[in-house]
Amino acid sequence: MKKKIISFVILILVVVTLGWLLQKLLMPKYMTKIVEGALISEYYDEKNKDHDIIFIGDCEVYENFSPITLWEEYGITSYIRGSAQQLIWHSYYILEDTLKYEKPDVVVFSVLSMMYDTPQKEAYNRMSIDGLPLSLTKIKMAKASMLPEEDLITYIFPLLRYHSRWKELSEEDFKYWFKEDQIAHNGYLMRVDVKPAGSFPKPRKLADYRFGDICYEYLDKIVKLCKDNGINLVLLKAPSLYPHWYDEWDEQIVDYAKKNDLLYINMLDHLEQIGLDYSTDTYDAGLHLNLSGAEKASVFLGKILQKEFNLVDKRQDEDLKAVWQEKIDAYYKMKEEQYKELEEYGYLLKFNLKRAEEDNRQQ
Amino acid sequence: MLFTSYGFILFLCIVIGLYYTIPKRFQWKLLLVASFVFYYFSGWSNLLYISVTIVSTYLIGVKLGNLDKQQKSYLKEHKDTLSPEEKKAYKERIKVKRWRWLLLCLIFNLGILAVIKYTNFAIANINHIFTLFKMNELSFVNLVMPMGISFYTFQTMGYIIDVYRGKYEPERNIGKLALFVSFFPQLIQGPISRFDDLSKSLYEEHHFDAKNFAFGFQRVLWGYFKKLVIADRIVAAVLEITKNPETYDGIFVLVGMVYYAIQLYADFTGGIDITIGIAQMLGIKVTENFNRPFFSKSITEYWRRWHITMGTWFRDYIFYPLSVCKPMLNISKSSRKRFGEEIGKRIPVYLSTITVWFTTGLWHGASWNFIVWGLLNGVVILVSQEFEPLYAKFHERFNVANTFGFRLFQVIRTFLLMSSLRILDCYRDVGVSFRMFGSMFTKLNFNELFNGSLLKLGLDVYDYIVIIIGVIVMLSVSLAQRSGSVREKIAGKPVIIRYTVFVLLFFSIIIFGAYGIGFDRNQFIYNQF
Repeated sequence: MKKKIISFVILILVVVTLGWLLQKLLMPKYMTKIVEGALISEYYDEKNKDHDIIFIGDCEVYENFSPITLWEEYGITSYIRGSAQQLIWHSYYILEDTLKYEKPDVVVFSVLSMMYDTPQKEAYNRMSIDGLPLSLTKIKMAKASMLPEEDLITYIFPLLRYHSRWKELSEEDFKYWFKEDQIAHNGYLMRVDVKPAGSFPKPRKLADYRFGDICYEYLDKIVKLCKDNGINLVLLKAPSLYPHWYDEWDEQIVDYAKKNDLLYINMLDHLEQIGLDYSTDTYDAGLHLNLSGAEKASVFLGKILQKEFNLVDKRQDEDLKAVWQEKIDAYYKMKEEQYKELEEYGYLLKFNLKRAEEDNRQQ
Repeated sequence: MLFTSYGFILFLCIVIGLYYTIPKRFQWKLLLVASFVFYYFSGWSNLLYISVTIVSTYLIGVKLGNLDKQQKSYLKEHKDTLSPEEKKAYKERIKVKRWRWLLLCLIFNLGILAVIKYTNFAIANINHIFTLFKMNELSFVNLVMPMGISFYTFQTMGYIIDVYRGKYEPERNIGKLALFVSFFPQLIQGPISRFDDLSKSLYEEHHFDAKNFAFGFQRVLWGYFKKLVIADRIVAAVLEITKNPETYDGIFVLVGMVYYAIQLYADFTGGIDITIGIAQMLGIKVTENFNRPFFSKSITEYWRRWHITMGTWFRDYIFYPLSVCKPMLNISKSSRKRFGEEIGKRIPVYLSTITVWFTTGLWHGASWNFIVWGLLNGVVILVSQEFEPLYAKFHERFNVANTFGFRLFQVIRTFLLMSSLRILDCYRDVGVSFRMFGSMFTKLNFNELFNGSLLKLGLDVYDYIVIIIGVIVMLSVSLAQRSGSVREKIAGKPVIIRYTVFVLLFFSIIIFGAYGIGFDRNQFIYNQF
């Protein structure tokens, strides 16, 4: 009997281990092409989870602000917990999860996501949720985000979602099976290439400009979560030119901020002060800022936040200094590499894999 | 709730967990509640239909039992006072009463099935006639078919007929009868169980038996393997071919026919494996429904080995009663007189066979393709029977009957014949089916198999590799079954081999199963019936 129990336990262990290994192998690694998918999980590898500012939101935070600049200019420690098309309920649960590890002084929430009151695409859900460690927060987040065709259990055991990737396994999957590269700098996704802003389609008139009830419900939740934890919440509209930020939307955020005694910064109103030049500071014609734009935006924002919330300059803290120096080195190393790539190829390889493959073929 | 849904697996875990932890006397009650919960997930209104069938069958069953008892006690009580004629007259009265109650039960329940399943089919046919006479067409009715209605109706009708025949006493506990009718693993696609086969193990107390549980679990896994790895993967090509008959004719019809045979076999036997496996995990024995049908050497043998419980149901409750009913005996008598002994004795057999196969076709679906499919099966069986003496002579002359090559030929011939008939099931249209069948001979071009067209059917090279390996495994298991239970054989191996087989099976379902986003959730084919 004892022998049977032991062999049964071994069987269970083998099944669990194999399942874990296969899950690790089959889950997308997001190391090339759609690197945004790796952003959420990177936070959990961060050794020093003690930041003055936490950003939450979509690409308007992880592409437009540089925590390295905030550190270099103001001695502010910050982390961007952004992900592609992060919806407001994603932001809420990501913040809830972050607060299990640290209590920042300020949380900056990108208000662009107020425009979506329904889940958009499964791929975006995955990129925001999969990176979280398994917890009740993750389950609640998945439940709030799922599209009708999705199953909750696939967020608990992602192998059940990604099992069919066995057909498309590539070298990348084996290379990053157990250890992935760091692709961001405290959540900031660097791009140094330039594509000047052109003209955008004329903003179409909307039937109803009011943000959805569910968005307000989660915004209230974020406000409450911050209040309960003694955190200052800042509402932010980043200086991206597209999607169009309607005046009617802006008014609602202004009203909400006033009503809840929150700081709201619409950076589109301060483009000159920031010094943004959309012919050089964006890599995709005005949708997102490139490195030079992000650094300018960070300088502007850091000044306001430091002043408003009396954030201490920590540059003299020896321990922090060492930690951040490592980050700065990695930051400048990547910056240099990207410029080198730009010079050599005219584009960044990681973000233009198809083009790189075509060029390779032609050669 | 589909067997392949995560919800069902969670539901099953809860049921099994509770089943072995609650006091044993409550086990069958738990299964009853679980069955109704399971059925509730298919739509609460469906509960009404099954409940009506259960209650009506229960009441009439009890009535039949009471009449029987009444007769026995009356005859016993008046044993000395009644004359043989009076006894006979009394028995006849009771018989008529019992017959009326049975008829009421059959008409009522089969009526429900007929109305729900066949009303729109009848309207469609009436409309065809109306169109000929330029009359206004009738509108279709919106009736949702309750899940598994054909299965549970046949199961209850089998029960009531057996009670009427005095095969066993009626079940006097409505809960127990309800469980027999609604037992969740077999509710949606059978097998069509008999009360005397299933009831004992359904109601008795079960202690946890590790070996039985493990065997049941293995069978469930094997069912999922067949369903998810093979059937639900190959279905993409079957649908691509059969939904586009204008594009895919000739050789593709043959390809589609073979693919569909694989899909149907893996789907249906996989579902039955899951059903029987779950029941076994609960300590309950459910009747087998298949006996390696694709190894059959004739159509008659095939139908003895495919969907066995349906075949025996039609045999016991339609074929036999029909063959010996008064009108049939009269037909037999008059046809012998008119056409002579040789031909005359065949006519009742022909009539009963054709009626059974017509009903079988109709049972499978409310459309002409199923009826024609059923009738063709009947015709092929009758023709085979008629040619039997000729075959015997041929076998005697050439002495091939026992050679491996000839047996293989017979197996392949039966497989192709059955698959050809299933074309009617694939295309769901009689005209298209015959046209496509014809194109196999008029537009056959084998080159199309090698020009990459097979990779444009919704299956890529990797899919084919999985399917081929899956089919080889399925075939190997079937071959191994000839010399006894495969699970027993595996159980006799060292623990490392046993566990390796289990782990491989488990992960091949998880990894290579066609489920989740990117795959449509395919219902089990027989759910629809």
